[in-house]
Amino acid sequence: MHPLLSGKSGEKLLLLGNEAIVRGALEAGAAVAAAYPGTPSSEIANNLFFISNEENSPIYFEFSTNEKVAMEVAASAAAAGVRSLTCMKHVGMNVASDVLMTLAYVGVKGGMVIITADDPSMHSSQNEQDNRIYARFSNLPMLEPTSPQEAKDMTIKAFDISEELELPVIIRTTTRTSHVRGPVELGPLPEKVKRVGKFEKNPRRWVPVPAVARIRHKVLLEQAERAQKFAEASDFNIVIGKGEFGIVASGVSACYVEDALMELGLEEKVRFLRLGFPFPYPKRLLSEFLKGIKKVLVVEELEPFLEDEIKVLLKDLGLSMEVYGKGTGDFSRMYEFDPQMVKKAISRFLNVELVEEEMPDLSNLPPLPLRPPTLCTGCPHRETYNAVKEALKEIGEEERVIYPTDIGCYTLGLLPPIQMADYLLCMGSSVGSSAGFSVSTDQKIVSFIGDSTFFHSGISSLANAFHNKHKFCLVVLDNSTTAMTGHQPNPGIEITPPGYDHPRIPIEDVVRGLGIKEVYKINPYKKKSAVETLREALSKDELTVVISEAPCILYYKKFGGKK
Amino acid sequence: MEYKKILFTGVGGQGTLLASRLLGQAAMKTGMDVRVSEVHGMAQRGGVVESTVMLGGLKSPIISKGQADILVGFEPLETLRALERCSKKSVVITNTNPIVPITVKLGQFEYPDMDTWFGFMKENFRRFCALDADALAKEAGTSKAVNIVLLGVLIALKEIPIDREMVLETIKTEVKPKFVEPNIKAFELGYENAKC
Repeated sequence: MHPLLSGKSGEKLLLLGNEAIVRGALEAGAAVAAAYPGTPSSEIANNLFFISNEENSPIYFEFSTNEKVAMEVAASAAAAGVRSLTCMKHVGMNVASDVLMTLAYVGVKGGMVIITADDPSMHSSQNEQDNRIYARFSNLPMLEPTSPQEAKDMTIKAFDISEELELPVIIRTTTRTSHVRGPVELGPLPEKVKRVGKFEKNPRRWVPVPAVARIRHKVLLEQAERAQKFAEASDFNIVIGKGEFGIVASGVSACYVEDALMELGLEEKVRFLRLGFPFPYPKRLLSEFLKGIKKVLVVEELEPFLEDEIKVLLKDLGLSMEVYGKGTGDFSRMYEFDPQMVKKAISRFLNVELVEEEMPDLSNLPPLPLRPPTLCTGCPHRETYNAVKEALKEIGEEERVIYPTDIGCYTLGLLPPIQMADYLLCMGSSVGSSAGFSVSTDQKIVSFIGDSTFFHSGISSLANAFHNKHKFCLVVLDNSTTAMTGHQPNPGIEITPPGYDHPRIPIEDVVRGLGIKEVYKINPYKKKSAVETLREALSKDELTVVISEAPCILYYKKFGGKK
Repeated sequence: MEYKKILFTGVGGQGTLLASRLLGQAAMKTGMDVRVSEVHGMAQRGGVVESTVMLGGLKSPIISKGQADILVGFEPLETLRALERCSKKSVVITNTNPIVPITVKLGQFEYPDMDTWFGFMKENFRRFCALDADALAKEAGTSKAVNIVLLGVLIALKEIPIDREMVLETIKTEVKPKFVEPNIKAFELGYENAKC
């Protein structure tokens, strides 16, 4: 049995933050979950997937085709009174935001938890947006854990709050809280999980036509006001130490503050508010905290979210004090923090000396060879890229071509020696951006998209491209899996994880179904015929689609030959 | 107990994550508070993979410049790259077997002369231990056990209060059954060959 399911109450496991969230959801009796994978959230979905495949599993899980769909699946399950969860990376929330903003209006019956895993420093992402702003934008409560134990406990609490307020509750992690392991003490699993709900019809609630939406907006604001009560009462907001100066932090920044205070021996000399409930922030608690200090340092990655709230609150309270943080240049709005950076800011703030360790003189170190991530040896994408390059060379178009690309392992085609990635925005942007280039340039356009990304958000853009007569060649890199995030299934896969008996949707059928006639298939490992076919496709002055079929070699090793 | 910040660094596929997880498990079984940080996603694709093990109640998952107590480098160039995270008080353990990056193969960079730099490390750090972990892993019967060899070295240095038996027990419960034997051998070989 899966360890997150078999673990007994009282047992201590060394869990990733993401695994702890899964256990929390199980302990809370979540019965439906849906997600599209994305680092740093992927392990939540992966574990739920394997758990849902267990015999008599307490939870239904699906890999949905994108985050919007996943949020709809979870939302309607919660509308039917069943506890549900969806998880995504920060930019996935953009895809799901259309759902989110109105889901906040109609609300839920069963508890619903939305996990957003942000990626400060962009370890695996195209931007580092701060999704705390989505909490304020949607008026939904948000919790932010500092450790795996807290991640589990908060998940359970979030379900309770959600049910109480009839609103989804967001939990925000970052790479450093999702991908850290720590001891987690397990709680009991419910004896019986409510797997079957009942949807009570009520169009004046669930169908937000303008007349209904106007009522529901009011309800949302009332419930958001009530959320204050939960923020005030939350055990996840902790005040430590005493003194005339104060520090406020949440998430991993709070970890850096705690370590810094401990290492500097200042634990008792400063008041530290660790906020586990950043939205709505506990107004009374924060007011009392601010009244008791002379100046405050706000430690938070990315946007000055708490800092701005504190400045407004100080004004409301008629208090005047220096607020240190982003505004004073103590911290940047870019990138993740590190412990020493926080320690330095705290020693400046408290005017204590920081004794630096003596470091060896590394000034003679030569420029060290970079080790950029690369496509695996034998990766089929590499073969496809080479074949496309070869075909373009043969028709004399190699110099003038634009390569719009997309999100997946193949984005690494950016790097030398391949260098065939020229433009990228987000999931599915290869297709839409090719359309723009085709009407604004006279250059050849060859764009790349993976199979999972194709299903995520390529199809509607491809319908647009065909209908509006755009001229480009879309190469679908079909490696039969969602490779980058750890080999999750998608509707097109031919090789499936054991026991995965979902109907397959061949990409070729989808493309032909849209009415596109110029559809080609290649095997990238058969270079001669691949180049020949590509040459033909690339010579056309219309929309062509080339599907390059060859499984991801790592995935093939894992599941190839097994059914 | 004392706080210890341990940094593992290597190249994707070398098993740095497994090594840090095993050490974390052993620490937890020993009754210590522990945090282990991992790198997932795009960064894993053949690039540098770092993980940390923080012992004794530290909450931060990452290690800043000059702050590592122990550095375990799975590949010499990566050890060199991570030296800025050490101070003169640090203990440096390194594999001597290079994995030449693509940028060197393409002629964009030169692989540093490691003998010179091993000399530098010996002179500048409190303790320094270099060995060919790849050779020892092969001797143990699996070239993949470089991570376990280095774990053996780390435990042998007795810088952290986690004993040999606890790690061996963890290997037995956490590693796939058919790999337990060569991994135990790899651990022992690392343990015996740790000299500094």
